[in-house]
Amino acid sequence: MSILIDKNTRVMVQGLGRDGSFHAKLMKEYGTNIVAGVHPGKGGSTCEGFPVFNTAADAVRETGAECGVLFVPAAFAADAILAAANAGAKLVVAISEGIPVLDMTRVVSELNQLGTLLVGPNCPGLISPGKSMVGIMPGRIFKKGRVGVISRSGTLTYEVVNQLTAAGFGQSTAIGMGGDQVIGLKYNDYLELFEKDSETEAVIIVGEIGGTDEQDAAAFVKEHLTKPVVGYIVGRSAPPGKQMGHAGAIISGAGSTAADKVAALREKGVPVADTVEQIVDLIRERLGGSN
Amino acid sequence: MKLEEFQAKRLYADFGIPVTEGILITDHAHAKAAAEKVGLPVVVKAQVQAGGRGKAGGVKLARTHAEVVEISESILGMTIKDLLVERVLIDPAVAIAGEYYIGITVDRRKKLPVLMASAAGGVDIEKVAAETPEKIIFHPINPERGLRPFEAKQVAFKLFTDKKKALAAAAIMVKLWCCYRDTDASLAEINPLVELEDGSILAIDAKVVLDDSALYRHPDLEKLRIATPNEEKELAAKAMGLSYVQLDGEIGCMVNGAGLAMATMDVIKHLGGTPANFLDIGGSSSSEKVVYAMKLLVSDANVKAIFINVFGGITRCDDVARGLVQALEQINTDLPFVVRLTGTNEEEGRKILADAGISATSDMTGGARRAIALAAGEEAVE
Repeated sequence: MSILIDKNTRVMVQGLGRDGSFHAKLMKEYGTNIVAGVHPGKGGSTCEGFPVFNTAADAVRETGAECGVLFVPAAFAADAILAAANAGAKLVVAISEGIPVLDMTRVVSELNQLGTLLVGPNCPGLISPGKSMVGIMPGRIFKKGRVGVISRSGTLTYEVVNQLTAAGFGQSTAIGMGGDQVIGLKYNDYLELFEKDSETEAVIIVGEIGGTDEQDAAAFVKEHLTKPVVGYIVGRSAPPGKQMGHAGAIISGAGSTAADKVAALREKGVPVADTVEQIVDLIRERLGGSN
Repeated sequence: MKLEEFQAKRLYADFGIPVTEGILITDHAHAKAAAEKVGLPVVVKAQVQAGGRGKAGGVKLARTHAEVVEISESILGMTIKDLLVERVLIDPAVAIAGEYYIGITVDRRKKLPVLMASAAGGVDIEKVAAETPEKIIFHPINPERGLRPFEAKQVAFKLFTDKKKALAAAAIMVKLWCCYRDTDASLAEINPLVELEDGSILAIDAKVVLDDSALYRHPDLEKLRIATPNEEKELAAKAMGLSYVQLDGEIGCMVNGAGLAMATMDVIKHLGGTPANFLDIGGSSSSEKVVYAMKLLVSDANVKAIFINVFGGITRCDDVARGLVQALEQINTDLPFVVRLTGTNEEEGRKILADAGISATSDMTGGARRAIALAAGEEAVE
């Protein structure tokens, strides 16, 4: 098992510009089951062996695509998410960065009504190693295994995963949930899925400054998880009021500092690592040996 | 992007929100004329993008023309939270009977805009939120339907018992929503919203933060930007596709990815060093970006050593290596640096560096430790 995606997940790539085509190729090489591309004006052509359609509705109808992955410029991305959801996609993965917050509040409201799940936006996507990669993650550093990873970041996820893999701990599914203020699925949604997933034996939460999602996750872990969870929070040295790259990574309001989040996790019994190396140590203590 | 008070008030006035109408001056020589137009008494208010202006002595009442000039002269040129005051607003002083708070922002947890209102106005609302959250009314707004008059009235009647005042406040709330929506703000706040002795309701302060991601569709608002010197550096970096925030430590950091950049700062601090900056060179890092980033770090006089930490995903190590070699050819610097390189095209990257006589580590914590030692003037131990 794994969560959200596996080798059968039928994926359509929305936006086949420079980035979209490049990553479509990498996803296909990884083994992702890409069934369609969507690009207005390129309908009827093919890309990397899969058919391209003008609209998400055509792609879903013709190929049964169930997951859309977006490489659409920010100005058009909110609409593309809605296009995929309204066409019937059950899961949308929005890589695009810079979607206006107000647009995202509208998108999320509509997706809730449609019952479509959203990963991102402003994220590297997700991977179930050995099965499917939907997004822009470097597949070779991942290894099939029993640790679930949920992160607000991209390269930091790779850093964590690389050290996990080097230490022999593979991953069931690793998710970059997005660095924006308003995102689709959050820690708790993924934690619930990991708790139910028979392949996952431990979960790592990689958090950062801004918002209070880590506090929510801490409470959720204490209440609902039987599997061990390990935390890691970055931005301990970030100044208040400054956005640190990610639109959502800003210390503003109660609970948004790294110290607040570390304290909340520890209070609910979730150990928090000070460095990436310590994450691996904490996982080893909980799972014993290696995978 | 933050607006200053005078800009936010003009914006509010455009949306029909009653605000005190003051006059902006940049020279105390114009203070008397401004006060004559506005009418005494006046409040002289420093215009900077920082909270706590009053506490810092940047907001003062003036009863005479002589006082207006004297106070304007003392506030112009002062610094508040490291920001130089270059403008003051000469605002009419009003007879306040009550102070309230209203604001609209995004509720990250509910993933919706939210109207916040409180009878505890005129004070730091974050403090109220932290200490006595029950004093704040939170009303989520459906972004499609917007804040409708009946909803605003529900909130307003919790603040005011008097019908006339409640309806006036409700109308302001709806207009504040329209402003928030139409400008793509991430925060639109009135603190305080005041009740005057004659019973009218008025905004005497205003705070607006615009969503940077939405500025592309508001070129008129983008023009309002007043950048501080640090922001100018950050904006110039942004135009190059870099995300930069200056801090005051000694280790200059160049990293790909925001999360890894924060982790890099943290590990430096964890090991006893001080990061000089946050710098994310982004996903598809071209050589030009790396050259620009190096120049940026070298231009910071506090920097004593540089730590380049790259985990190649979309970013290719060879691109970074090439940029680094180019940068060192162009920049004349004695600053010591440490390169950590791993991930996509690592071997090619290492070869490019080796050809230029530069070695790279693959260990982030070890690299940070070495950068700290170099900054302290210690010889690097391989």
